[in-house]
Amino acid sequence: MEESIAWKALRMNDSAAHAQLDAHAAQVRIFKRQDSIFHKLTFLFAFLVLAALAGILISLAIESAPAFSAFGPAFLWSDAWSVPDDEFGALISIYGTVSTSLIALLIGVPVSFGIALFLTETCPRWLRRPLGTAIELLAGVPSIIYGIWGLFIFAPLFARYVQPWVQAIFGDLPVIGGWFAGPPLGIGILSAGIVLALMVIPFIASVMRDVFDTVPAVLKESAYGVGCTTWEVVWNIVLPYTRVGVIGGIMLGLGRALGETMAVTFVIGNANRIAGSFFAPGNSIASVLANEFGEADPGLHTSSLFALGLVLFVITCVVLGLSRWLIYRANARQGV
Amino acid sequence: MELYSRRILTNRIGIGLSMIAMAFGLAALMWILWTLFSKGFAALSWDFFTQDTPAPGSEGGGLRNAIVGSAMIVGLTTLVSTPVGILAGIYLAEYGDTSRFAATTRFVTDIMLSAPSIVVGLFVYALMVATLGGFSGWAGSVALSLIAVPVVVRTTENMLRLVPSTLREAAFAIGAPRWQVSLKVTLRSVRAGVVTGVLLAIARVTGETAPLLFTALNNQFFSTDMAQPMGNLPVVIFQFAMSPYDNWIELAWGGALLIALLVLAINIGARVLFRHKT
Repeated sequence: MEESIAWKALRMNDSAAHAQLDAHAAQVRIFKRQDSIFHKLTFLFAFLVLAALAGILISLAIESAPAFSAFGPAFLWSDAWSVPDDEFGALISIYGTVSTSLIALLIGVPVSFGIALFLTETCPRWLRRPLGTAIELLAGVPSIIYGIWGLFIFAPLFARYVQPWVQAIFGDLPVIGGWFAGPPLGIGILSAGIVLALMVIPFIASVMRDVFDTVPAVLKESAYGVGCTTWEVVWNIVLPYTRVGVIGGIMLGLGRALGETMAVTFVIGNANRIAGSFFAPGNSIASVLANEFGEADPGLHTSSLFALGLVLFVITCVVLGLSRWLIYRANARQGV
Repeated sequence: MELYSRRILTNRIGIGLSMIAMAFGLAALMWILWTLFSKGFAALSWDFFTQDTPAPGSEGGGLRNAIVGSAMIVGLTTLVSTPVGILAGIYLAEYGDTSRFAATTRFVTDIMLSAPSIVVGLFVYALMVATLGGFSGWAGSVALSLIAVPVVVRTTENMLRLVPSTLREAAFAIGAPRWQVSLKVTLRSVRAGVVTGVLLAIARVTGETAPLLFTALNNQFFSTDMAQPMGNLPVVIFQFAMSPYDNWIELAWGGALLIALLVLAINIGARVLFRHKT
């Protein structure tokens, strides 16, 4: 076995070995310097990501300052939006954003749950992969495709077949009738919510499928073993076990829906009012930005649009942050 | 016995509804794709690829300027976001186990993954367009990079965490410095996964419209000057689909088909690559 250089240097007072040792030390110093540069370099790029978020918040805050100083916090609940009068408020767009997103969740969550249930429990094994991939591909379709499909294909059919039928059934009821009042245009709050639902289903379904897959087989087998039906296993074992992850997935879909621009802009109708009817056109924060920002006059109009952007960004960040926190917490607890 | 049959019935209804949900999802996918193909293929022609976007009211025209513009903007985005994302991902995976900074960065990256893309457009408008005096292809690329980087960061980090620690330790044991271990051993061993992440990022930004509306804007004419407003597919689709001209709407369908095919191809390619190499 070869003697180590350090020992040789010590034992024999060998100058050649000493020189070799020095060379080694020099090499190690070089490596250490390189490592520290590498560390700082990668740190810098990680920092960039953090700086981007801070930059977005700061720049939006600066740009929207004129609007907030002109209208005060009342900007958030004022329903004014008039370019000639220089009067702006966020209420109409916030209403559109929130109502379309809630409709999307109302439709999207049960369907996603069904898809995830089918993929993890009842689907034949050979079909699981292709169907799962199909759902994931649906998530990859750019939102503008949903928008153009919604405008040209979905909206006319919806106006022609679904809306008159809904109005015929519910139109005369006292309160509910008002929800579906107005001419059947095809485009409007409800249509935007439905298109949005199609868009978020793949996201929520993928997350649900992934968390359903984390349930230990032993748990499910025990339940099946005492005679539970598939539905009972899913409802009483899988769902409680994955509750936090499922909520995280739903919040993720909500975050997506709130900030979605293209799918909504095409079908929401872009009208500046709150009609109270789901069939009426409206607008959302993102659709107002997409439609007006390009031609906005500098001054209060532009500043108000930035303020809308800030409101949207803060809302989505809170929702997304909460969703991630829930998922982290779920994982941390499972680790114990 | 009554309880038993009720349980069976509940089960049947539940499972039946889940199958309907699955059928609903697939039907939506099929419906959207089918419309896209039938409307889009009608628009594809030689002119579609060789002529520029038509002026309002004029006949014919194609999307050459938008296709070239999109390719340049997305190409530059890829060149920028790949190294940035990979290096940031290395930091999170190799140095980020204990530090609070890394935990924050990871959290922020996760948020940025789904942050509203139109707000990113607003930010880049305030940062570059308003200050540097005009819409430009550069600004478009910066906006798309802000969306692509988080995708690359997270996939790189997740892939690097799959590397067995024995591989790292073996490299350290023969005296390799940390940067060589990171770049030449661990990163190389998950190359396919990282490339998958980059491909997914490209697929993501190819169809992004909102961030380009206020940054690259649009250009009716052919241009390869990144300092000028630049035609690009998503914005052209948006403007043309909302227009009253039939030939514009047809071009919008053609553009939508082109983008969808591209995005689906990249997505499928990324999956195939990932499955083969790991």
